[in-house]
Amino acid sequence: MAETGVIPEGEGDPNRRDFIHIAAGAAAVGAGAMIAWPLINQMNPAADTLALASIEFDLTKVQEGQQVVIKWQGKPVFVRYRTPAELQKVVTEGAVGSPPQTDAERTKSGHEKYLVVVGSCTHLGCVPTFNAGDYGGWFCPCHGSHYDASGRIRKGPAPLNLIVPDYEYTSDTRVRIG
Amino acid sequence: MSEHESTYVPKTGVEKWLDTRLPIIRFGADYMSLPTPRNLNYWWTFGGILALCLMTQIVTGIVLAMHYTPHVDMAFASVERIMRDVNGGWLIRYVHANGASMFFIAVYLHMLRGLYYGSYKAPREMIWIIGCVIFFLMIATAFLGYVLPWGQMSFWGAEVITNLIGAIPVIGEPILIWLRGGPAIDNATLNRFFSLHYLLPFAILGCVVLHLWALHSAGQNNPVGILIPKDRTKKDMLPFHPYFTLKDGFAIILFLLLFAIFVFYQPNALGHADNYIPANPLQTPAHIVPEWYMLPFYAILRAIPDKFGGVVAMFSAIGVLFVLPWLDTSKVRSMRYRPTMRSFFFIFLVVGVGLGWCGGQLPDAPVIPGFGGVVLLDGNLNSYLWLTRLFTAYYFLFFLVIMPFVGLKETPLPIPATISEPVLTGADAMPALAPASPEKKG
Repeated sequence: MAETGVIPEGEGDPNRRDFIHIAAGAAAVGAGAMIAWPLINQMNPAADTLALASIEFDLTKVQEGQQVVIKWQGKPVFVRYRTPAELQKVVTEGAVGSPPQTDAERTKSGHEKYLVVVGSCTHLGCVPTFNAGDYGGWFCPCHGSHYDASGRIRKGPAPLNLIVPDYEYTSDTRVRIG
Repeated sequence: MSEHESTYVPKTGVEKWLDTRLPIIRFGADYMSLPTPRNLNYWWTFGGILALCLMTQIVTGIVLAMHYTPHVDMAFASVERIMRDVNGGWLIRYVHANGASMFFIAVYLHMLRGLYYGSYKAPREMIWIIGCVIFFLMIATAFLGYVLPWGQMSFWGAEVITNLIGAIPVIGEPILIWLRGGPAIDNATLNRFFSLHYLLPFAILGCVVLHLWALHSAGQNNPVGILIPKDRTKKDMLPFHPYFTLKDGFAIILFLLLFAIFVFYQPNALGHADNYIPANPLQTPAHIVPEWYMLPFYAILRAIPDKFGGVVAMFSAIGVLFVLPWLDTSKVRSMRYRPTMRSFFFIFLVVGVGLGWCGGQLPDAPVIPGFGGVVLLDGNLNSYLWLTRLFTAYYFLFFLVIMPFVGLKETPLPIPATISEPVLTGADAMPALAPASPEKKG
């Protein structure tokens, strides 16, 4: 070919021809990545699902010994009004669960009888059954995790206690979650 | 085999014209005349059955997609509409749903056939590995499809399976949100699962083409497990068509009988009743159980008392299959001539079925009712939890310890030099049945 004579032999490594090959290859990889990213990113949450809702809940709707399940950000939240016996039991047990927590660390002071937790099992996300299992709290039917009446994991494959969401008391009988 | 020479001779003018431009008829004819070992038994018919299953799922699936609405507000109702209003819709839906179960029955038998007869051993490793990819894609596709009716099992199955990915440290959570398209399983999830459930069967189809290509390059294995010497090709092989097309066809008819019994008389026997309840994101059903064909892997997940550990164990149970050709140290392919390994294989068979059985039981339930037992660590020894752990241990021991060890230690039985030998020298030898070229003798 005519061009071969134009390239001086032993011009160094990489030579000019190598350079153009490497540059073209790099450009192709870069372009590929730029095309791939929007195709991947389109599966991340869309703008209409990103809106983080906060909800208010009237605690007078819960009777003693009862649990109300409310939907918050697509997930269930348990609001449980614990009986004195249940409360007594979880307080005297001290710090248990994973991580070890006392009941006081999981409730707001002055409102210990109400437990507010996200009702998703920390194993693979099923909703535990109320008042079931070996510890008087919840039992998850999917893979058999047991929680106590403070929502702490006591037995089974779940790695963590039921999550306590960010919430605050806006009055004596109302909470705002989120 | 790869050295199989083309025997196609174009006859008509159209064939001659086409053959120099696009030799597609030659390709098909060579494919159908492939020399195939004469001694294949009925365990070798599941490949054809699986091809039928894939086509059934694709055709009924495309039809169902014409009537199904992938939106949380309408999905469940649109499936009920298919059942009640679409002409023959109930039939199409039941064929598709039971077709998935039939697909898995056939694939498990196909895989066990390969395991028993050493069909994964050199030179057939690529056939086996592509097969494992197909199996994995099948599980993913079946899972995505099960989500679409948006019943209770659909929803909670999706919740649990996507959470498996969330168990990966550090990167798990962002991938989980990416997969779901939001903080929880919702419409975005259902919508994309529909799209992917449509796509993956075509990926499977592509892998099946590679699977067959690899099969035709390395050649069929056979129950004796020996490579057929080139000079024995005429004596020990038959052309695929018409001998094996007809044999496969007969097996397919028997298989379709079983399929039809389920579709017409027991269409819901293999499904779960709770999937006739619309999805409720606030309540997990008390009797949640995966589809039967996932139960063994579900049992393995549940046997491990740790979230990430369980996920790793479950994926390893499939992952170990990929390296199977290198775990088996034996030079002998067929377990017909490996009595020790054969015993371990049949234990494996019982354990596999046992794992599936355990997956359907509550982990704390006693195996022997009315018997106390002893508590060991986190569970009673007389409970499905510990039985599952025992089976899980054997599952992994079989591949990782027994297979490499027995392969080195055992003394195999004498292996015949040709596939005709066991027939011709056995008690029921009938030399008249072994003409040189049986396909040319009417």
